[in-house]
Amino acid sequence: MERVIKDKIFKGFVILFAFITISPIIMIIYKLVIKGYRQININFFMQNAPDTYEAMIALNAGKIIPGGILNGITGTLFMVIIASTIAIPIGLLIGVFLYENKNKFYANIVRDITDILQGVPSIVLGLIAYFWVVKSITNGFSALAGSVALAIMMMPLIIRSTEETLKMIPETIKEAGFALGVPYHKIILRILIPTSFSGLLTGSLLAISRIIGETAPLMLTALGSSIVNLNIEKPTSAVPLLIWEFYNDPNMVDLVWSSSLFLMGFVLFLNILSKSLNGECRM
Amino acid sequence: MKDLIIKIENPVLDIKNLSISYNKGKYAVTNVNAGVKKNSVTAIMGPSGCGKSTLLRAINRMHELYPNIEVKGKIFLNNNDIFLMSSIEIRRKIGMVFQRPNPFPTMSIYDNVIAGYKLNGIRLKKNKKDEIVEKSLKDVVLWNEVKNSLKKKGTFLSGGQQQRLCIARALAFKPDVILLDEPTSALDPIATKKVEQLLIKLKENYTILLVTHNMSQAARMSDYSMFMYLGELVEYGKTKKLFINPVDKRTEEYLTGKFS
Ligand SMILES: Nc1ncnc2c1ncn2[C@@H]1O[C@H](COP(=O)(O)OP(=O)(O)O)[C@@H](O)[C@H]1O
Ligand SMILES: [Mg+2]
Repeated sequence: MERVIKDKIFKGFVILFAFITISPIIMIIYKLVIKGYRQININFFMQNAPDTYEAMIALNAGKIIPGGILNGITGTLFMVIIASTIAIPIGLLIGVFLYENKNKFYANIVRDITDILQGVPSIVLGLIAYFWVVKSITNGFSALAGSVALAIMMMPLIIRSTEETLKMIPETIKEAGFALGVPYHKIILRILIPTSFSGLLTGSLLAISRIIGETAPLMLTALGSSIVNLNIEKPTSAVPLLIWEFYNDPNMVDLVWSSSLFLMGFVLFLNILSKSLNGECRM
Repeated sequence: MKDLIIKIENPVLDIKNLSISYNKGKYAVTNVNAGVKKNSVTAIMGPSGCGKSTLLRAINRMHELYPNIEVKGKIFLNNNDIFLMSSIEIRRKIGMVFQRPNPFPTMSIYDNVIAGYKLNGIRLKKNKKDEIVEKSLKDVVLWNEVKNSLKKKGTFLSGGQQQRLCIARALAFKPDVILLDEPTSALDPIATKKVEQLLIKLKENYTILLVTHNMSQAARMSDYSMFMYLGELVEYGKTKKLFINPVDKRTEEYLTGKFS
C-alpha cells in the first residue's frame, strides 16, 4: 500500500517537472503567435524594414506597419553561409583529427581548448572579430566581421559533433577499407565522412540554429543596414539586429513580435530538420 | 616434436618465426612457423583469446595500422616477402573477410563489389566493371538473388547475404589467398551452411585460411587444421589426422571439449 502511494507521489513529481520544463516554450510560442501573426504576410518577406516615420503614420491611421524584414533575412542567410563556409570545413578537419588521435596528449589539449572556446561569451567573440576584421581587414563594420564572429561560435559545436559522429561508426567499416589497401586519407574522405554524412549535417544544422539568433557579437561587427546588402565588406543587417532596433523604436514594437516569431519558427524548423535527419542515421 | 607441425611442400603462404605483441614484452602470438597449402581450406582453431585473429591479421599486414603493435618474423607469399610489397599489392593478393559483415553502408551492392578498385582510384571500363561484379557475385552464389537490385544499398541485405557480399568484395581483386576471421559467427545456421558450401567450392581457385572457434566447422570444411593455444601453434596437420589422432595432449583436450 505504502509503495503504491510512493509511486503515485513520484509520478506526480515527474509530471509536474515535465510541465515546468515545457511550459516556457509553450508560453513563448503562444505569445509570439498572438502578438506577431498580424504582421506576417507576403510583404514581411519581400520588403525592407520601414523607417520610423512610415511606421508612425501607419500606427496613427490604425493600419498595420508597412514593410518587412527582407534586409534582415538576407543578411542573416548571407552571414550564416559565410560563417558555415569558414567553420564547417575547419571544424570537420579538427573533428577528424581529434577522432584519429583519441588519447594523444596534444589531441586532449585541442579538445580542452575547444571546450573553453565553447564557453567564451559571444560578446567577447564579437570584440575579437571587431579587432581582427573591422579594424584591420574591412576597415569598417562588415558582413565578413559578423561572419567571423559567428564562425568562431560555430566551430566548437562542429568539432565536437564531428568527433562524436565519427565515433559511432564501427571500427570494422574502417578495417574493411584497410583490408582493400585503401590509403588512409581516402578511408576518411570516401568511407568515414560519407557514412557519417547525416550525422555531420545534423551537427552543422544544430550549430547554425545556435548562432542564428546571436545579437551581441553582430552589434560590434555587422552593425546593421536598412537595405539588403550582399557585399562582405559592407555593414549588414540580420534578423536579431532588426529585433533589437525595432525594440528601441516606440513606433515599431509590433514588428518585434513578428520578427521574433519568424526567428523562433526558423530555429524550430532547423531543430526538427536535424532531429529527423539524425533519426534516419540511427536506423 | 617434429610431427606436431606438418611440412607443406611449395606453400602459397609461408610463415616464419612470427611473433606479435600488442604491449611490449607480452606476446599474443609466439614464434609461429607454418606453410599453407595452395587450393586448400586451412582452419585455425583454438579457444578464444589464443591469438587466432592476431595471427590472421598479420598475413595481410592489418597490424601496421596500429603503431603500438610489434610484428617480428617473416611471411612469404609465393616466395615473396610480404613486408616488401606495397600495401595495395599485398591486399589485392590477400583478401580479408571479417567476423561481422561490414559492407560499406553508403555504397550500392554493385559499388561494394568493386569498392577495392573504386577506392584505390583504379579506373575500369563499364563493361569490365560489370563483368567483375557479375563474376564475383556468381562466385559467392549471390547473383541470382541481387541481380535486379544492384543499385540498392548493400546494407539492405540479410546478414548472410551481406557476408557473401563481403566475400565477393574480396574476390573482386582475384586474390591468391582469402583470410576469413570467424565469418559465420554472426550468422544463423542456414546462412552459415551457405557460406560453408561456398568456401568449399571456392578452394578450386583460391587458397582459404579460416579462423573458427567452432571445431565441427573445422572438421566439416577444412583440409588442414591448426590448433593454437596461448599464442602458440601447438599442432598443425591434415584435418582428418588431427581430429582422429592428435599428438599433443592440449590438442586432444581441446578436441574432447575439456576447454573451450
Ligand atoms: N587490440 C588489442 N590490444 C591489446 N591486446 C589485444 C588486442 N587484440 C587482442 N589482444 C590480446 O591478444 C590476445 C589474442 O587475441 P586474439 O588474436 O583476438 O584471439 P582470438 O582471435 O584467438 O580470440 C588476447 O589475449 C587479447 O586479449
Ligand atoms: Mg578472434
